[in-house]
Amino acid sequence: MIALGLEGSANKIGIGLISHPSPTSPPIVLSNLRHTYISPPGTGFLPKDTAIHHRAWVVRLVKQAVRQAGVRIADIDVICYTRGPGMGPPLQSVALAARTLALLWGKPLVGVNHCVGHIEMGRAITHASNPVVLYVSGGNTQVIAYSANRYRIFGETLDIAIGNCIDRFARTLMIPNDPFPGYNVEQFAKRGSGYLVDLPYTVKGMDCSFSGPLAAADILAREVVEGRLRKEGEGEEGELVTREDMCFSLQETIFAMLIEITERAMAHVGSTQVLVVGGVGSNERLQQMMGLMARDRGGTVFATDERFCIDNGIMIAHAGLLEYGTGVTTKIEDSDVTQRFRTDEVYVGWRDD
Amino acid sequence: MALPAASQTASPSTTTTQPSHILPAPFTNSQLELLTQGAEALVYRTHFLTPNTPVVLKYRPPKPYRHPILDKRLTKLRILAEARVLVRVRKEGVPVPAVLGGDWDNGWLMMEFVEGKTVRRVLDEWVERGAFKEERSASIPEEGEGDNDAGKQNQGGGGGDGEILDLMRRIGRAVAKLHDLAVCHGDLTTSNLMLRAPPPPKEEASPEGSSQKPLAGRQTVSTMREAAMSGEEPPVAAPSKVEPARDSSLAGDIVLIDFGLAAQATKQSQDEDRAVDLYVLERAFAATHPSAEYLFQEVLKAYGESFSDAKRVLKRLADVRLRGRKRSMIG
Repeated sequence: MIALGLEGSANKIGIGLISHPSPTSPPIVLSNLRHTYISPPGTGFLPKDTAIHHRAWVVRLVKQAVRQAGVRIADIDVICYTRGPGMGPPLQSVALAARTLALLWGKPLVGVNHCVGHIEMGRAITHASNPVVLYVSGGNTQVIAYSANRYRIFGETLDIAIGNCIDRFARTLMIPNDPFPGYNVEQFAKRGSGYLVDLPYTVKGMDCSFSGPLAAADILAREVVEGRLRKEGEGEEGELVTREDMCFSLQETIFAMLIEITERAMAHVGSTQVLVVGGVGSNERLQQMMGLMARDRGGTVFATDERFCIDNGIMIAHAGLLEYGTGVTTKIEDSDVTQRFRTDEVYVGWRDD
Repeated sequence: MALPAASQTASPSTTTTQPSHILPAPFTNSQLELLTQGAEALVYRTHFLTPNTPVVLKYRPPKPYRHPILDKRLTKLRILAEARVLVRVRKEGVPVPAVLGGDWDNGWLMMEFVEGKTVRRVLDEWVERGAFKEERSASIPEEGEGDNDAGKQNQGGGGGDGEILDLMRRIGRAVAKLHDLAVCHGDLTTSNLMLRAPPPPKEEASPEGSSQKPLAGRQTVSTMREAAMSGEEPPVAAPSKVEPARDSSLAGDIVLIDFGLAAQATKQSQDEDRAVDLYVLERAFAATHPSAEYLFQEVLKAYGESFSDAKRVLKRLADVRLRGRKRSMIG
């Protein structure tokens, strides 16, 4: 079976084709294309502009993806699209394209939960059988474990997503958004002196909050830009705190929060596997910290590279095809989108463990 | 019917085979018995000053993934927070373990050892004895065979309905007392409620002989406590059969333990935080046995009668139940 997946819940439009030769063999990626809407430094991507971007690219990318996959339209079994969660206008634009293709080619449609797409793709790529999943991106921060046909949320952010926290901090420091702000913040952090600025650490049970660390980091970052912030205990003539130090401190603080809630979830469900998915999951420091935590617990970390970590069409095609395999399709009249679509709302009919 | 209780419960994991950490002086690993290992801390049983003063040692090892400065800061913050809340609520009469000592630089906190069982264990044993009321029928506390009709209530003996309901009321009052101080536990499960064993009556010598008894008793309690805290099945020698009556008794004080996540609630958040505490406890009851749900009603009843804000909290609990612990939110 072959599926075409369309993803557009945030600033990336991803189109991919995947093939499931048989239920037992691993899936084959036929094509995986993506185009990202990048806003100028100091600004974020607005829903309206992002939707315009996606509309401008969707036809081109679908054509290219099908050509690259080397399949005929007739070979495609199902069209999968992101139903949510995400930004409304971009979701709507891509869903419209998916509906159009389904009607045009006479194919069934499957609406996919974006988070489940990430989890299933991560599992397929890494072969982690039943991991605790840390899903970290610009719009989502969740610690998830599977139980009885649901991906259950053990902990999550109480306010903004971790990626959003990093992106907004990058804006304050006017760090470029190309290729993506988190990557640039990571490079800055690598060049830091290792000096840690004191930032709020906000873990509440299994959940965490990023608005407090962001607000504090933003205030300090403005002082850094103006050259007024000096290292603690060095007095008036002390060394200045740099933008690199700020990026380092923010990463160290908020990543430690993530690792802590992930470890708590692992202790709770008794799992030794942890899978990191989502755009922030491509951060090397986060992967390293996760590795240190897992080593102490005698566990293993699974992570994917940016092709599959960052939003893509393949993961939607893959998760959609799994669902399609259980006989589930989305009728055209039900093929809406939703900004609020929780991971645990999806019945995971394709797993029987 | 006696359902195996463990099949109903979510089992938090802990492998005792994991390498234990090197402890800071003056502690050595030789006199330590690992009770439980959570994500944050290792909890040991050891002794203090004299060999027969058992204590609990909660050790927060350094986390290699954290920046050392951040790690020190958090460890200090948490040890102090836990110690402070314990001291404060104990002073106000909430039954919690006494704080005996601590060293935030080295990451440890020493507390009174509460002799007894977790409420989780107590409930599991009570269910195993077949004492639960199912479809309005109370069963005989033997193996639970033939518990079909019989609308009678088993009032006498260990595991009677009256006794367990009284235990529930004690739980409700203990939680209420904590909440009345606007302190929320943060992880209020049945594993974090202890039933303190009443001191053994001096006159009644047990049939096994008094010289052997203290050792046997101590072993039973500690191994069962370890098993209970790590969510494992009790040791093979099922204690309920040959145990002296005292051990299946439901008498004793309720003691709240593990204040690692406890916090002083703010005015705006206190009803929500208190309701979430109750919700977490309710889920823990439900996980023990479906029939334990009516027991929890008794906890709530006693809670509701115990302090002035309780009615409001119970109303809030209904909201929390509807949405689960998590709010519906974007993403």
